[in-house]
Amino acid sequence: MKILVCISHVPDTTSKIAFTDNNTKLETSGVQYIIGPYDDYALARAVELKESSGASITVLNVGLAETEPTIRKALAIGADEAIRVNAFPTDSLFVATQIAEQAKNYDLILMGRESIDFNSGVVHAMVGEILGIPSVSPVMKLDIDGTKVTMTKEIEGGKEQVESNLPLVAGCQEPIAEWKIPNMRGIMSARTKPLKIVEPKGIEAISINKKFELPAPKSAVKMISADNVVELVTRLKTEAKVL
Amino acid sequence: MNILVFLETSEGKIKKTSLEAMAYAHGMNGVTTAIVLGKADAGDLQTLGKYGAAKVLHAADTKLDEPIIQVYSSVLAHAMQDEKADVLLLANSSLGTPVAAKVAIKLGASFASNVTELPDTSSGFTVKRSIYTGKAFAFVELTGAKKVITLKKNAAELKETGGNAPVVNYTVPLNEADFNTKILKTEKATGDILLPEAEIVVSGGRGMKGPEHWGILEDLAKALHAATGCSKPVSDMGWRPHHEHVGQTGVKVAPQLYIAVGISGAIQHLAGVNSSKCIVVINKDADAPFFKAADYGIVGDAFEVVPKLTQAILASK
Ligand SMILES: Cc1cc2nc3c(=O)[nH]c(=O)nc-3n(C[C@H](O)[C@H](O)[C@H](O)COP(=O)(O)OP(=O)(O)OC[C@H]3O[C@@H](n4cnc5c(N)ncnc54)[C@H](O)[C@@H]3O)c2cc1C
Repeated sequence: MKILVCISHVPDTTSKIAFTDNNTKLETSGVQYIIGPYDDYALARAVELKESSGASITVLNVGLAETEPTIRKALAIGADEAIRVNAFPTDSLFVATQIAEQAKNYDLILMGRESIDFNSGVVHAMVGEILGIPSVSPVMKLDIDGTKVTMTKEIEGGKEQVESNLPLVAGCQEPIAEWKIPNMRGIMSARTKPLKIVEPKGIEAISINKKFELPAPKSAVKMISADNVVELVTRLKTEAKVL
Repeated sequence: MNILVFLETSEGKIKKTSLEAMAYAHGMNGVTTAIVLGKADAGDLQTLGKYGAAKVLHAADTKLDEPIIQVYSSVLAHAMQDEKADVLLLANSSLGTPVAAKVAIKLGASFASNVTELPDTSSGFTVKRSIYTGKAFAFVELTGAKKVITLKKNAAELKETGGNAPVVNYTVPLNEADFNTKILKTEKATGDILLPEAEIVVSGGRGMKGPEHWGILEDLAKALHAATGCSKPVSDMGWRPHHEHVGQTGVKVAPQLYIAVGISGAIQHLAGVNSSKCIVVINKDADAPFFKAADYGIVGDAFEVVPKLTQAILASK
């Protein structure tokens, strides 16, 4: 079985977000980049499948040269080879188009349920639609028997048991697998694993990021004594007007 | 402008977040057609006129009772063409968002999810969407002739406009291949208020010390008609079900009131709650980072403060 794991290269979850260039660019100084946490779950499940049934894993990232340390980390965790589509990931349609271009010969295409930078949460659905194969997300459990795939998918207030067939796209989230930390041997071997760079397929952009904005700062917290919870109820009613 | 609004149902009842999409359509000043797929409450269909629909399409085929994403996206793409609609609006959800993305691909439409405000149409068509898990916003111009937009909760305020709309039976040919993903079983909390839609959320963290202590949070939630949530370690340890986990890697909530009990306020937790209108934090540690993100704070032991708060709320009714 051939598995493609698509990873995003995103600011670490503790990053403070700020913008430069008239609010048109992310301030990247001091920002640490990671494999998207949901993509990390996808990769971890792929490694488990590789260990249990001998699959091969290719990781794919759409990004400029600066994403290579993130790609090498995925190789260290257990992917066999990597592809970098050499372009800035401008929007979901662009990324999905590039993934679909590369994904044609894979049985299983895994990625996170969403990237934590632009949070669109739709690349898996778009890739499935472009390729004409099923897509399921967010997947919390995924098992394969021959070409049959059974999955547990989270829905509002519960979950669904879903069955489909390979080839398939799955958007992953916990607890599909435990995040894996690369070991020394993985890190050493990652340096020499193949990383292929391909040029993107050009498409017309039909959504354009014009500028960014930060939310209005929050006003200071009002502390209330633990002996006076009645005051809290009153304030929630008359001041905040939320009760 | 012709707008098609997809309304999601749960056991036949139209979801409130979908009604917000009706309000959003109303704010756009177009001609709105509402569409509902599968089993739906007749009374609910009738009320859609009041929320601004000029016409309600109901595709009542029982094959649509199950929300299969592939099937729903084909039907909606069809309806967009039949209705010559320019814009498709849906509420963000585990169903609505992927369906929207697929329709966008089928139609070659511009797409935006997590939209938080009405579009700016002064020059072009620009939407504001939430990014970096609520830490920022992006203004995105949608340049395609057709547009598909999914809305974050509270993108528009529910409004009854008092109209009346005919309910029309809508039939479309279904594509067998779309049914190759099957839903074997659905497990859903019934009767409870669903976390993503709740106006009040009572959430507990590791400070609650164990699942056996959730009773006091449930009592508080009941007094407030609130949903219950939790932090990630709490669901990781299996104290609470996974669908209650709030934060960066869990549910993003946007209630009127979020009450956090025994949660330290890690940045990943805050990412899931920063769209709340009002945040109350109860924590025994005065230095807990959550207080910096709160509107009201109480320093105290959850096991003493929470029952007192429940009492005070019940007494104030
Ligand atoms: C990539 C990544 C993603 C993550 N995503 C999420 C996410 O989506 N959601 C999430 O929640 N976390 C997430 N986390 C974890 C996050 O960093 C924190 O570890 C977690 O939120 C802490 O949970 P907590 O506040 O319940 O526990 P703790 O940090 O242990 O805090 C417990 C709090 O309870 C208080 N307390 C103890 N006893 C009492 C008492 N008797 N009365 C009142 N207060 C008491 C303590 O003072 C303390 O502040 C993520 C982490 C990473 C690395």
